[in-house]
Amino acid sequence: MSRSVRTRGLVDRAVTVLCVAATALAIVPLFSVLYYVAARGLGGVNLAFFTELPAPVGEVGGGAANAIVGSLELVALACLIGIPPGILAGVYLAEYGNSRLGQLVRFSADVMAGVPSITVGLFVYSLVVLSTGHFSAYAGGLALAIIMLPTVTRTTEELLRLVPEALREAALGLGVAKWRTTVSILLRTALPGVATGVMLAIARVFGETAPLLFTSFSNRYWAESLNEPTASLPVQIFTYAVSPYEDWHRQAWAAALLLVVFILVLNVSARLLVRPRV
Amino acid sequence: MQMSQAQSVDTRPNLPEAADGSSGTQSVVRDVSGNKLRTRQLRAFFGKAEVLRGIDLEFPERKVTAIIGPSGCGKSTFIRCLNRMHEVVPSATCTGEALLDGKDIFRMDPVRLRREVGMVFQKPNPFPTMSIRDNVLAGLRLNGIKVADPDALVEKSLRQVAMWDEVKDSLGRSGMSLSGGQQQRLCIARTIAMQPKVILMDEPCSALDPIATARVEELIHELRDSYTIVIVTHNMQQAARVAHFTAFFYMGELVERGETKEIFTRPSQQRTEDYITGRFG
Amino acid sequence: MTAVSTEYPPSQGQVTNRRPPSQVNWGDRAFKVTTAGFAILIIVTIVAMALEMLTSSKLSLREFGWRFLTSTDWNPVAGTFGALPFIYGTVVSSLLALALAVPVSIGVAMFLSEMAPPQLRGPLAFAVELLAAVPSVVYGLWGIFALAPLMRDHVEPALRLVFGFLPFFQGPNQGFGLLTGSMVLAIMITPTITSVSREVFRAIPRTFREAALALGATRWESIRTGVLPVARPGLVGAGILGLGRALGETMAVTMLIGNRPEISASLFAPSYTMASVIANEFTEATEDLYLAALAEIGLLLFAVTILLNLVARLLVWRVAGTTSGGRA
Repeated sequence: MSRSVRTRGLVDRAVTVLCVAATALAIVPLFSVLYYVAARGLGGVNLAFFTELPAPVGEVGGGAANAIVGSLELVALACLIGIPPGILAGVYLAEYGNSRLGQLVRFSADVMAGVPSITVGLFVYSLVVLSTGHFSAYAGGLALAIIMLPTVTRTTEELLRLVPEALREAALGLGVAKWRTTVSILLRTALPGVATGVMLAIARVFGETAPLLFTSFSNRYWAESLNEPTASLPVQIFTYAVSPYEDWHRQAWAAALLLVVFILVLNVSARLLVRPRV
Repeated sequence: MQMSQAQSVDTRPNLPEAADGSSGTQSVVRDVSGNKLRTRQLRAFFGKAEVLRGIDLEFPERKVTAIIGPSGCGKSTFIRCLNRMHEVVPSATCTGEALLDGKDIFRMDPVRLRREVGMVFQKPNPFPTMSIRDNVLAGLRLNGIKVADPDALVEKSLRQVAMWDEVKDSLGRSGMSLSGGQQQRLCIARTIAMQPKVILMDEPCSALDPIATARVEELIHELRDSYTIVIVTHNMQQAARVAHFTAFFYMGELVERGETKEIFTRPSQQRTEDYITGRFG
Repeated sequence: MTAVSTEYPPSQGQVTNRRPPSQVNWGDRAFKVTTAGFAILIIVTIVAMALEMLTSSKLSLREFGWRFLTSTDWNPVAGTFGALPFIYGTVVSSLLALALAVPVSIGVAMFLSEMAPPQLRGPLAFAVELLAAVPSVVYGLWGIFALAPLMRDHVEPALRLVFGFLPFFQGPNQGFGLLTGSMVLAIMITPTITSVSREVFRAIPRTFREAALALGATRWESIRTGVLPVARPGLVGAGILGLGRALGETMAVTMLIGNRPEISASLFAPSYTMASVIANEFTEATEDLYLAALAEIGLLLFAVTILLNLVARLLVWRVAGTTSGGRA
């Protein structure tokens, strides 16, 4: 009998070791990626990177200024297009959402969240690019907005639901109209959480490449308006990485560094704003 | 520094010496005082906060001891120390001694300890994906104990909890298909199938309706001649009904302990009397 | 929120807390309608997506029918399009990624939710979540310059040495192929499976673990008896969600899988996935049939991922049902 207890203890410890190993295994790639991005990216970043346009193909030098600005434009557009509807839809689900319609909406949002981002690109291609006849930042922004939408909606809904009913009832009992109550609760109590959700959605969308491939496409020069093809960091990284030019590889790493730093900052800030349960 | 107190004053109560003259705290000597389980200066901490202050309590063999007291008095913490379940919570620590048949439970392998000290929980918890039959055998299977005739053991255990006739034709059904009271009795069957030396019960009836409660109390009555039972309860009438001995806890301290009848009719401590008469708690 | 009802007759002169109807309803109703409108927008968008994909693929659907799924002939020049190579590449890479990621992810989830000391839990969980924050294209970049050389120079030769008798590990290897693509996919879906699995573990009440411990189980045994059996449907759901993510993953795979529309038994050989072919060839497709074929592949992806997500969610919800049983 005593040996069997010892064996069981050994098995228990072995399982623990395996799980620790699994955790280490899962995290190693993260450190590897961060290391490579930092090491190679820092080497590739220079002033030109931020200020100049790409050099002609094959030539060394140039920068990614248009891609940086382009990415910012696209994400800004995505926020404009995607956040207000997302928040409002989330409000609907939280306040009136216990109906058939609410369930249908929730289901659709879940479906939308799981759909491959490249199919979103296809959709916006048909909707916007084909009808306008050219690639544009608007199209890219719309594609990114569609990707953001379900996340923002669900986050808003969950956060509003977290607010205790007593708060609402107190306000209603004082004669405040329901819509005023909701808006005020939203603005005050739920705001940090919603802001976090938005930040995480932005972080995700900033790195999206596939949907931009045939919506905003890319541009080796400045886009004169939002109605033109626009360069973006992720697409630039993709193009440069698969190319045979060393200097383009260097710039790809620099762009990746920029991207990762931005996303990390957003993620960490979001975490600091609202500490999630562990 | 001189070696003061070479002969320390023995403050341990009534511990008869074993034949070879050694003291009862060594692991080989049997506690012959008739106590299956006893604690000495048992203290418990959650982090830095002391929640149990030096409990000295004995649990005589084959008797039921109830532990009563208001919420937060530490009775659940105490009972969970007795089979070292407190270790499930990382910040919980226990000091002092607890002797099972003279052996210090804190020096034992917790796995072995829990084979000998079983526990029934407040909310019935049969394993949801196991059948009734498998639930009864769960403890034995877990420990790799070979059972010569599992069906006979299942029947015996279920008969002991007065459930055999109710479920004998549906042993394959899930444990969760039973009513709350039946689930609790199944959990008791699962515990006694292990033939433990001590059964700990942490408010076993508080999640049950009155009828189910009555049946479980009946069961405790029937079991009490075969097992040493420690039952935590917030229901004084229940203690009065089923227990030989009762201990009253208050704010982490053992206030008083004695025969149930005495405690409820002639308590020697004012705090005990106040609690019993309902002045607080 | 209605105006004073006419059923309750107020007696003469009784004061009722009543605002003029125009003030009571207007704000609330407008609010409800507006928010409902945007909520419906979500449904509309998804439906529009589905419809649009159907329309775009119509040409190809009509031209090839079921042959589209079974033919390996992808020839834009000749105008024949068979999607089997891409289906093969997608399915195999995703399943392989799943096989690699699931054991690791469940191990991580178990460690984080059942075994890790509380101080470690936070940072480790954060690290695993950061895995999900890295964009796909950055994984691809890293893959090209770090993972692929590693595979080409060390891992694949080692595999060939040990398992070379199997057809999977034969043939030339350049580091860019099905195996490398699967590896990066596995890395990318690990955070998804881990976080859902942790949710599943968290949903299981501690009392089952404690029941097992109280019977004398070791920690692993208490997890095996009191947690895993109940968690199983949820964990399967987590796996399926991971699979769904793997199927739709585009950039990293495109950069590492070799992009050759051929079916080969060897895992070292280059392959092509559905998402990759769309990413690579869509902007170069000029004829309508070509575009329609690519759109049809997109439609397939769309439909399959939706289906998988559905199944996965049902399974994850079921865990909540199993653990709350019994009547009082």
